Amino acid sequence: MVNRDVIIDIRHLSKSFGDKKVLDDINFYIRRGEFITLLGPSGCGKTTTLRIIAGFVEPTEGQVLLDGKDISGIPPYQRPLNTVFQRYALFPHLDVYDNIAFGLKLKNVPEDEIDKKVRKVLKLVSMSDYESRDVDSLSGGQQQRVAIARALVNQPKVLLLDEPLAALDLKMRKDMQIELKEMHEKLGITFIYVTHDQEEALTLSDTIVVMNEGKIQQIGTPTDIYNEPQNEFVADFIGESNILNGTMLCDRKVNFVDHDFDCVDEGFGENVPVDVVVRPEDVEIRKDQSKAEFFGTVSSCTFKGVFYQIFVNTETGFELMVQNYRKYDVGEKVGMQIQPGNIQVMRKPRIRNTFNGEIIDNTHVCFLGESFECKPTELKAGTEVKVEVEFKNIDLQDHQEEGTVNGEVHFILYKGDHYHLTVLTESGEHVYVDTQDIWDKGDLVGINIAARDIKIGKIDE
Amino acid sequence: MSKRHNWSIPYFVFMVLFVVLPLLLVAVYAFQDGNGRFTFANIVRFFSDSNALSTFALSIEVAIENTVLCILIGYPAAWLLANRKYNRSAVTIILFILPMWINALMRTLATAELFNILGVQLGKGTLLYGMVYDYLPFMIYPIYTILQKMDKSYAEAAEDLGATPSQVFWKVTVPLSMPGVRSGILMVFMPTVSTFAISEFLTNNKIKLFGTIIQENINSSMWNYGAALALIMLLIIGISTLFNKNDGEEAESSLI
Repeated sequence: MVNRDVIIDIRHLSKSFGDKKVLDDINFYIRRGEFITLLGPSGCGKTTTLRIIAGFVEPTEGQVLLDGKDISGIPPYQRPLNTVFQRYALFPHLDVYDNIAFGLKLKNVPEDEIDKKVRKVLKLVSMSDYESRDVDSLSGGQQQRVAIARALVNQPKVLLLDEPLAALDLKMRKDMQIELKEMHEKLGITFIYVTHDQEEALTLSDTIVVMNEGKIQQIGTPTDIYNEPQNEFVADFIGESNILNGTMLCDRKVNFVDHDFDCVDEGFGENVPVDVVVRPEDVEIRKDQSKAEFFGTVSSCTFKGVFYQIFVNTETGFELMVQNYRKYDVGEKVGMQIQPGNIQVMRKPRIRNTFNGEIIDNTHVCFLGESFECKPTELKAGTEVKVEVEFKNIDLQDHQEEGTVNGEVHFILYKGDHYHLTVLTESGEHVYVDTQDIWDKGDLVGINIAARDIKIGKIDE
Repeated sequence: MSKRHNWSIPYFVFMVLFVVLPLLLVAVYAFQDGNGRFTFANIVRFFSDSNALSTFALSIEVAIENTVLCILIGYPAAWLLANRKYNRSAVTIILFILPMWINALMRTLATAELFNILGVQLGKGTLLYGMVYDYLPFMIYPIYTILQKMDKSYAEAAEDLGATPSQVFWKVTVPLSMPGVRSGILMVFMPTVSTFAISEFLTNNKIKLFGTIIQENINSSMWNYGAALALIMLLIIGISTLFNKNDGEEAESSLI
């Protein structure tokens, strides 16, 4: 059954460049007339996805369906799609008019019709008087408009935009965002937009696809993505947030920063460890301290234009980011409150590290590609086992040679009173670490684990 | 500041001694008769000497033929070399450039010997063969450099707008690589006009080029007429260089 509403359907898309997997089983669909944004940090696979749709990159696996038909074998010049390139790629040997007319001339459209269409699209991008200008003489913003006009004049079914505003300055970017949005509404063409700028994505999109490390993290409307992030990555990447360890006590009751809060989430079970996300603007500072739920001391207060960004140390030793319209003095004691609806509870993807290992002898076990000393075990050498290590029991060393296994700090999450790191080992596995120490993304580290902290269990079938 | 300025002095002296002075000497000799008196006779002599004029015309013709052949052979070669699909190693590029490392005279002598062994009749064909062989790398290299540096997104944008691979080539790649072709033309056309060794060895002096006449005049101590011929040639080269620098689309199309 072909859904008439769906224009592009992406199924099980994977792509590897050599050994490196840049896309891993991507699935999503795009509705006709939708403004959809692929959002993620650099290297997350968003541009590769766009290039696969445009036809410049062949997927290793999977299909792209356009109006229900697989377009995998069709070369880019036969696809009814047009792209606005990141650095515009306007032809320097042609003037503005000929750049825009390029596609129409190839299709042998009659001269007078080309003329009419080019003028119309120039008007659409407010560049009417520039037709005979040299493209090199245009400003960045004007080149951008010509690039959009050059794509739109071909009346594509879908317009692909690869970080089109990245090269513009802030003010220009904001203006172009509004214009793009208006153009989209006026034309009714489907827009697929790629950006790493979360604010841009929230402003422009009907739907956002958040990607990281070649995988889709969340698909939803901007408000869904902002208010109900499904995992730590999305919560951290979209907007500012406090991400904290918590415990779901029972339905509608969650404990974090050592305080019990009312919330609106149900169905997690009782005493289940969870992640809690609270946006800084949702931490309300109560003047009337009798109405406050918990208390803290202001440690810094910075003016950010519309609001003040305040860091508060709670009495229980957690640091929270708070946004408020009022200025608070450093050292001032404040009472705070969070509305139940503003507490976003997420299931923890894991509560400890779990590795596949193999017994070497009665005091050694092999995992992460290396041999670790462990507590004496009865299991026979060669037995495959499940190895568990608590986040806080992973010991990171500054120098790789001091560690049993080497890795690189890949992702850092501040959890109010400690950092939760994701370390990528040389064997390509993830090790999750809770630490008080400050590390930077990309730091090379040695990993040690004490024998007493390695828990060996049978592999459950 | 002023100290930095002094660094240019050796170069300045070099330029005066080895470029400006010799040029002035050529100009002075060209306007003198055998007794050192000022005269236009040498210049007039060239324009009334039908032999010299026809040699000059032939030189230009051969230079144009050589340049066209170099473009026809060099462009596809440069395109293949710059295309990652067909060429992944720097070694192939070096192989193309390698002949430039060996003295052109030696290569020409070797080529002449080769024709001799093979029993090929020396003439215009062998002359052009030798010229293309000598000058081809000078055409390939600038085109290769520009093709290799060319932003791939231009080709992608054209393809995205509906251009087939051959349309991409003719409508985007070729026009954008014109600066490379232009400098290739400069490096091939100008030197071919003044060459004499290739025609001497590869045609046994059956075909005389302009360079040959200058050389003959100077060898037979006719310094003043030789200098006048050299000056005329210099002017023509100079004019066509200026022509090229104008950078107009007309300039390049007329030269091709």
